[in-house]
Amino acid sequence: MYRAHVLVCGGTGCTSSGSHGVMDGLKSELKKQNLDDEVLVVQTGCHGMCEMGPIVVVYPEGTFYCRVSKDDVPELVEEHLLKGRTVDRLLYTGEGDVHVPHYSEIPFYSKQERVALGNCGYIDADKIEEYIARDGYEALGKVLTSMTPEDVVEEMKTSGLRGRGGGGFPTGLKWSFCAKSPGPKKYVICNADEGDPGAFMDRSILEGDPHSIIEGMMIGAYAMGADEGYIYCRAEYPLAIKRLKRAIDQAEEYGLLGENVLGTDFSFSLHVKEGAGAFVCGEETALMGSIEGRRGMPRPRPPFPAVSGLWGKPTNINNVETWANVPSIIRRGGAWFASMGTEKSKGTKVFALTGKVKHTGLVEVPMGITLREIIFDIGGGILGDKKFKAVQIGGPSGGCLTEEHLDLPVSYEDLAKAGAIMGSGGMVVMDEDNCMVDVAKFFLEFTQRESCGKCVPCREGTKQMLLLLKKICDGEGTMEDLAQLEELAHMVKDMSLCGLGQTAPNPVLTTLRYFRHEYEAHIKDRSCPAGACQALIRYRIDQDKCKKCGLCAKNCPVNCIDGDRKTQFVIDEDACVRCGTCYDKCPFDAILKL
Amino acid sequence: MAKIKSLDELRRIKTSASDLTAARSSNAVKVIVGMGTCGIAAGAREVMDAVLKEIEKRGLKDVSVQTTGCIGMCQEEPLLDVIYPNKGRITYGRVTPEDVPRIVSEHVVNGRIVEDLVIARVDD
Ligand SMILES: Cc1cc2nc3c(=O)[nH]c(=O)nc-3n(C[C@H](O)[C@H](O)[C@H](O)COP(=O)(O)O)c2cc1C
Ligand code: SF4
Ligand code: SF4
Ligand code: FES
Ligand code: FES
Repeated sequence: MYRAHVLVCGGTGCTSSGSHGVMDGLKSELKKQNLDDEVLVVQTGCHGMCEMGPIVVVYPEGTFYCRVSKDDVPELVEEHLLKGRTVDRLLYTGEGDVHVPHYSEIPFYSKQERVALGNCGYIDADKIEEYIARDGYEALGKVLTSMTPEDVVEEMKTSGLRGRGGGGFPTGLKWSFCAKSPGPKKYVICNADEGDPGAFMDRSILEGDPHSIIEGMMIGAYAMGADEGYIYCRAEYPLAIKRLKRAIDQAEEYGLLGENVLGTDFSFSLHVKEGAGAFVCGEETALMGSIEGRRGMPRPRPPFPAVSGLWGKPTNINNVETWANVPSIIRRGGAWFASMGTEKSKGTKVFALTGKVKHTGLVEVPMGITLREIIFDIGGGILGDKKFKAVQIGGPSGGCLTEEHLDLPVSYEDLAKAGAIMGSGGMVVMDEDNCMVDVAKFFLEFTQRESCGKCVPCREGTKQMLLLLKKICDGEGTMEDLAQLEELAHMVKDMSLCGLGQTAPNPVLTTLRYFRHEYEAHIKDRSCPAGACQALIRYRIDQDKCKKCGLCAKNCPVNCIDGDRKTQFVIDEDACVRCGTCYDKCPFDAILKL
Repeated sequence: MAKIKSLDELRRIKTSASDLTAARSSNAVKVIVGMGTCGIAAGAREVMDAVLKEIEKRGLKDVSVQTTGCIGMCQEEPLLDVIYPNKGRITYGRVTPEDVPRIVSEHVVNGRIVEDLVIARVDD
C-alpha cells in the first residue's frame, strides 16, 4: 500500500518547464530515503495552470505545489513526505500573499466544474487501470449490455450536448442523421486538429485522459452502427499522439477495443492519423480529404458527412472535447448533463484563458457563467491592475466583446447575439494598452495566411482587408478605406465557401461595432488612442519634467534629440524613428508618448 | 493481460484497480504517524511499516496514512494518531509494531478506542 501519492504534471507545459527532472529527482530521492515503497510517484496530464508549472500535487492531503524545480525535491521529500510538514514556499500564493495549500481553495479552481477535464491532472494517462478505477469503460459496458443504439442517441439528445469544435451543432441530432444513413460500413472521426493558435484544451485531454476519447468514440460508433474510427491529430502534438497510441494498445490488450468487445457482437477498430498542420484541415470536409490522402481543401456541403463522408461512406465527426463528454453523459444520464448550463447551451465548456489576465490557463466552467466571473474571479483580473478593455472569444475567427458584455452569460446564443462565437473556446483578454485596430489586424493576419485559396472571396477578400487595416494602422487610412473595409468584411463573410472565410471577418466586424471611434481616431486624428500603433506614436519631451540630464540624447540611435544641458532638449519628430529608447531611458518620465 | 470478456469482469478489475487511486480521494479515517527526528529514533519507521502492512493485509479502503513532524511529546514517541470524522483525534504513545494490528483492527476498523495505549485526546 502506498500511503501517499505524488502527482507530477507531465503535460506539455510542465514538461517544458522541467517536470521530468522533478519526476526523476523524486524517484531517486524517495529511494534514497527508503520511502519508495510507501510513496507512489504518478505522472499525470495537464492541470490547466501551466504558467505555474511544474505542478506537483501530494495526496492524501491534496497539497498543491507550483513552480517546483529539481532542487526543491530533497526538501519536499524530507519535509512533506517524511515529516508531514507542508513546504510553504512552494505553495500557491493568493491575494495578499497568503499561501493556499489546497487545490480546491485556489480561486482559479473553485469556480470550475470539471467534466471533460475530470481526469486530467488526476490519473496517469499511461495506465488504463487508473482510468478504469475512475469508472472508465463503465459507460461503454452500459450501452453494450443494456441500451439499444436508439436509446444511446436519445440519451445524447436529452443531454443537450452541442459540438465543442466551434459550430455548436447538437450532437445527438448529428448522431441520429448518421445512424439513419443506410449501409454496412460507417466511420466515426475525432477532430483533434486544434488549429486555433491560443487553444490547448484538446491537447490536454488527449495527453491527460486519452481513454475518455476512445470510450466516447466507441459509444458513438455503437449508436450509429460504425465499426471503424480515426483520430485526426495535428502532428505538432507528439506527446498527445504517443499517449493516444499507448492508450489504444492498452485498450486492445484488455479486449476493450477490437473484436467482440466485452463478449458482445460489437467490434471496433481505431486509427490515429497525423495531420498536415494547416488550419483549414480542421474543417470537416478538408479533414476527411486529408485522411484519404488528398490535399486538405474544403468541399461544398451537402452532401453532409452523415450521408457521404470518408471514402463516400456515412461518417460522423466530432471534436475531442465533444467525445470526451460522452462517457460521463451515458454514465450519469443526459438529464444530469442538461441540469448544468442555460436553456440552449447545456453542460460545461473548457476555455483557454490568455492575454492580460493574472492567471492564465485552461478553465472548465458551467455554461451560463458570466465573462466577469471567468476573467475576474477565475482569472484574477487584469495584470498590473490596468483597465479591462476587451476580450476576444472564439479564437482568431471569433469576436471582440467589451466592458458592456462582462455580465453576459457565456452561451452559444448570447455570444452569437453579441457578434462573437464560442469557437473552440479561446479567450484572449485585452487591457487599455491594446489597440483594437491592431488586434483586428493581428487576427486577420492569421486567417488570411491560413486561407486555402480555393474560393475567391476568402483568398482575395481577406488580403484586401488586411491591406486596408495596415494602411489605417500606419496612419494613412481614409474614411473611404474604412467604408470599403466594412463592405469587404460583409462580402467575405457571406460569400466564402467554408467556415474559415465565413468567420475570418468577425474580429474586424466586432471591433468596428464596438470600437469604431478607435478606427476613426487613426484616420481623422492620425493618432492611436492606445499608443500601440508605432507609426502613429509621437515622442515629445515634457519640458517641465525634464531635468536636462541628457540621457535621451545620448541614447537616441538616430541622434534626433537636440539640445544641451543649459537650454533644453527637443526631439526632431520628422527624424525620429519611434524606437522608444528615450522613453525607456529617461529616469524622470519626461518623455511623452502621444 | 487476459482480455475482459464481460461487464462483470470489468467491474472486478475496477474494484482491484481502485486501490491504485484510493489515496487520491477523500478518506474517512486518518492514521497519522509522528515522524520527527525523535520519532524516527524511537522507531516510527517500523511503526509506519507495520501500519501500511496491516492496512494492505486487511484490504482497507477509505483509510489514509499521513505523517507529521515533532509535536513536543518526544518522550512518548513513537506517536500514532487516529482521526475518525467528527469523533476527535486520539493519540497513542510508545507504540510498537506489535501494537499496530490491535489499533488497526479495534480502532480503525471498528471504531473502538484501545484505551490502554491512549495518551491524549482532542475533541472536535
Ligand atoms: C477553418 C475551420 C477550421 C476548423 N478547425 C477545427 C478544429 O481544429 N477542431 C475541431 O474540432 N473543429 C474544427 N472545425 C469545425 C469542424 O469543421 C467540425 O464542425 C467539427 O469538428 C464538428 O465537431 P463538433 O460537432 O463536435 O464540434 C473547423 C472548421 C473550420 C471551418
Ligand atoms: S473560405 Fe477560404 S479557406 Fe474556406 S475554402 Fe474558401 S478559400 Fe479556402
Ligand atoms: S523614439 Fe527613438 S528615434 Fe525617436 S527620439 Fe526617442 S530615441 Fe530617438
Ligand atoms: S502542463 Fe502542467 S499544468 Fe498544464
Ligand atoms: S534626458 Fe532629460 S529628463 Fe530625460
